[in-house]
Amino acid sequence: MLATLQPPRTLSRFPLYLTSRPVTLCTLTAQSPPSTSPPHSQILSIRHSLLTRQVTAAQLAESYLSRLRLTEPHLNSFLHVSDSDAVLRQAALLDQRIAGGEDVGPLAGVVVGVKDNICTADMPSTGGSRVLEGYRPAYDATAVRKIKELGGIVVGKTNLDEFGMGSTTEASAFQVTANPWDVSRVPGGSSGGSAAAVSARQCVVSLGSDTGGSVRQPASFCGVVGLKPTYGRVSRYGLMAYASSLDVIGCLGSSVADTGILLHAISGHDRLDATSSKREVPDFASQFASINLLESKPLKGLRVGVIRETLDEGVDTGVISAIRGAASHLEELGCSVTEISLPSFSLGLPAYYILASSEASSNLSRYDGVRYGNQAVADELNSLYGDSRAKGFGPEVKMRILMGTYGLSAGYYDAYYKRAQQVRTIIRKSFKTALDENDILISPAAPSAAYKIGEKIDDPLAMYAGDIMTVNVNLAGLPALVLPCGFVEGGTAGLPVGLQMIGAAFDEEKLLKVGHIFEQTLQNCRFVPPLIEDDTAW
Amino acid sequence: MKSTEAQTATQEKQKPPLPKIMKQTKTSDKFSKDYEAVIGIETHVQLNTLTKAFCGCPYNYGSPPNTSVCPICMGLPGALPVLNSKVIELAVKVGLALNSKLSLNSKFDRKQYFYPDLPKGYQISQFDVPIASGGYIDLDLPVEFGGGHRRFGITRVHMEEDAGKLLHSENGSYSQEITVSPLPKYCTTFYCVVLCFQEYKLPFSCLIRFKYQSYDLCVDLNRAGVPLLEIVSEPDMRTGIEAAEYAAELQRLVRYLGVSNGNMQEGSLRCDVNVSIRPIGQAQFGTKVEIKNLNSFSSVSRAIDFEISRQVLLHSQGQGDQITQETRLWEEGAQKTVTMRKKEGLADYRYFPEPDLPGVILTKEYVNSILDSLPELPEVKRRRYEKMGLSMQDVLFLANDVNVAEFFDATIAKGADVKLAANWIMGDIAAYMKNEKLTINEIKLIPQELAELIASIKGGTISGKIGKEILFALLAKGGTVKGLIKEKDLVQIVDPVEIEKIVDKVLSENPKQLEQYRGGKTKLQGYFAGQVMKLSKGKANPELLNKILLEKLNAQS
Repeated sequence: MLATLQPPRTLSRFPLYLTSRPVTLCTLTAQSPPSTSPPHSQILSIRHSLLTRQVTAAQLAESYLSRLRLTEPHLNSFLHVSDSDAVLRQAALLDQRIAGGEDVGPLAGVVVGVKDNICTADMPSTGGSRVLEGYRPAYDATAVRKIKELGGIVVGKTNLDEFGMGSTTEASAFQVTANPWDVSRVPGGSSGGSAAAVSARQCVVSLGSDTGGSVRQPASFCGVVGLKPTYGRVSRYGLMAYASSLDVIGCLGSSVADTGILLHAISGHDRLDATSSKREVPDFASQFASINLLESKPLKGLRVGVIRETLDEGVDTGVISAIRGAASHLEELGCSVTEISLPSFSLGLPAYYILASSEASSNLSRYDGVRYGNQAVADELNSLYGDSRAKGFGPEVKMRILMGTYGLSAGYYDAYYKRAQQVRTIIRKSFKTALDENDILISPAAPSAAYKIGEKIDDPLAMYAGDIMTVNVNLAGLPALVLPCGFVEGGTAGLPVGLQMIGAAFDEEKLLKVGHIFEQTLQNCRFVPPLIEDDTAW
Repeated sequence: MKSTEAQTATQEKQKPPLPKIMKQTKTSDKFSKDYEAVIGIETHVQLNTLTKAFCGCPYNYGSPPNTSVCPICMGLPGALPVLNSKVIELAVKVGLALNSKLSLNSKFDRKQYFYPDLPKGYQISQFDVPIASGGYIDLDLPVEFGGGHRRFGITRVHMEEDAGKLLHSENGSYSQEITVSPLPKYCTTFYCVVLCFQEYKLPFSCLIRFKYQSYDLCVDLNRAGVPLLEIVSEPDMRTGIEAAEYAAELQRLVRYLGVSNGNMQEGSLRCDVNVSIRPIGQAQFGTKVEIKNLNSFSSVSRAIDFEISRQVLLHSQGQGDQITQETRLWEEGAQKTVTMRKKEGLADYRYFPEPDLPGVILTKEYVNSILDSLPELPEVKRRRYEKMGLSMQDVLFLANDVNVAEFFDATIAKGADVKLAANWIMGDIAAYMKNEKLTINEIKLIPQELAELIASIKGGTISGKIGKEILFALLAKGGTVKGLIKEKDLVQIVDPVEIEKIVDKVLSENPKQLEQYRGGKTKLQGYFAGQVMKLSKGKANPELLNKILLEKLNAQS
């Protein structure tokens, strides 16, 4: 599997040639892998194969587990891998139910990776932090509970920057995850483990969390699809809070359809999360039309705004041309593409870092060693707290707690927190205006493709600047879909570049529809890392 | 509502005054007339919702440690608060009852500080936009303290959550022995043992302990997350009695509203008092001192009086600068306040809006519907009783306890005479309750029967003496006045023919005495009356009896 590059199987689901179908070749570099087939939905194939008895859930689980075992030493995407007996037992149970003609959920047999800051009752959940080393929660996060109820199998807990604070997964207290496209590079972060795991087909889909881009930027770096839902679409219950007003649980998958199906599974109001929305959840899956049914201009009339400020200075030229290529592809599909300006765009980054750090400084107060986690031995109350936290938190987390504490302090509150909230209002309004005039906005997901491990570790400002493309979306609470749209040079086979599509609040449906058509019609791009055999078409 | 052990201010005040133990009082007495005390009170009222403010855990005072906890109130990673809407309802009730202005758009904020009994490292509270602000409370000072009506201002009312409790005992000093094996080594206190014991039953580790100096501290989080209302008064009180009466009126108010049991011993109503003094005529406030650990109204009153004396003495000795902004603890045993902690500047709680909870939005319709549902409040009740012609002593007694007041109201609603009903309740019924340690809700007598009893006596069906007999039967066993009268055949004989028959019988059976009477020994009338009453089993109407008897005795036969 690893190191055996095989020609991809010919898929029957998505016909390769349709004369009327618009075709845009994605930006090719000399290193781009040859490809002809668009991504397929692993979830739909699995369901089809299980129900037609072509394969058993146990066989499926075993195949993912064995690939995981092979690739994991090179990638370190998981902090905890479920006991394989337990995984196979769950799969066998599903097989029994299928054999008995019982109804199984839409995620039956789907192997899922869960970011380690999302609580799982039966396995450790550390948030990538020493302070929670060995901590096993008492309960499943709502999103995890829903996945399990629908037949999904949690295969393990994926690595992340401590409590989601970071853009490379290097800030994990336990290990550094490698990018499957080039193991000397970072997978992005903070959901780097979840993105790498999907990219390397260690699992079918994974859950990440996105506070300032933590699902979308690693999706871009690892060449997978990442979906950040509207704030309130998915319950945060069980997600270890980093910045409560920005945090959302997001989905990663190898196709738009997979992320959409996963989103559908975890969405909806939760009485345990007062900020979760009561809006009805549309059936996203109905958007995933087979491309042979598409007209020549399937996206005719769709207004697409390219955010000018995101294709400016500081963005890699390779990334810019990939995004411009994607814009032309959308035009080919019938969209009217115009360049628009969001003048408040550059305000997003400082506002984000003030608000996120302020909330983090409060949310992380509970890690005091009194009730759970590691407790320092101390003679005095202040040192009990001080020592437990000094030993438990890593430097990035400490820095953000300090920044946030400062920003909320008497005398500074108005200058920092309050002002940042005002900026947030401005940003929200400017997005609202732009989305009244456009159906979707597009931008890169990150200013560059994946960079080398250690490259920015000593330069936090450079690292923070990398979040420029994504943080505004969190401040506005909007949904955004990132999907691979091209390559830049790097590694052995080029590095993937992600296109970000931003939609109106609670309009994930449109993003998924556009994303699906985009991905199915993009030619000559195959977003499977060179060393991974994609034998997941069941 | 548990009002059995509920002390009320009035009851407390009936205790004999404590002997003067404060030597300094005498010294400062001659100066005290030159100074005026300024007193403000922060009261925390625990709301009696079925479940906690932000999770589904019930709260019962006195449950074993950490038996009423969940991921939310324990502050476990990933857990989120969801507001119990009942908290809003009760807060609105109190806000309206205190004549406050409600914020139709308020929010929750986080108040941040570290303490082991605060699981999240912050308390969910309200900061710059409390649910209610402004307002006032009216009260009548007890007659024995000179009486008088007072109106004290309310600054604000806000919602917040309670913290847990620290349990500690010195290493090894506990004497309880529970054998549970295997017990971790660090289990050295009783509570730790209890906690360990529970660890085996609960689905998650609830063993919350930490070492601190020579103590093994344990945290009991049962109380964490219980909803509180913080009610802040204006600095309008001037004496310990006024402050105690303010607190007592708040207790009365929350009990009338049914929002809290208002019990001070259980900590359902907690008062922190701020006291400062200033020379009379000075507009500027003096340095204020906060007093904590006040577990009864009398301790509120005595602690304040002590503190005023202490501050006056310092002032009069030219040591006014020794009064520093600090928190002092009331020591009940020693009857004095002692320094607990000096204020280390202004604490910075780094308040910011709670992002996990949406804003609290009240509609006018909602507020109006609650306004319509408010019961008659103590002040209105007192004014009404006053208008009925009751004395202030009676008014204060009857209106003090909401259940007594309701009993009284129900009795007069059944047509009972106001003064008679008040007398029965304050007299024999109150005495019975006191002796039997029962509340008015626990006695078997119902208002309708008290009204019936009063009417029966007034209407002459039974005598006052038999009325009392019936009352005690009703208090202990219940039943109806009519039933008891019938059962015991106690109806007064008012038929003259009937009485005449008995009189005739007595006269004919006592010819000797009759002769003596007619011979001039008229004192024997009493003897005959007694015989007739005896024969009628006490039921003969005394007036009729005497009238008929006299007629017969004096008749020429």
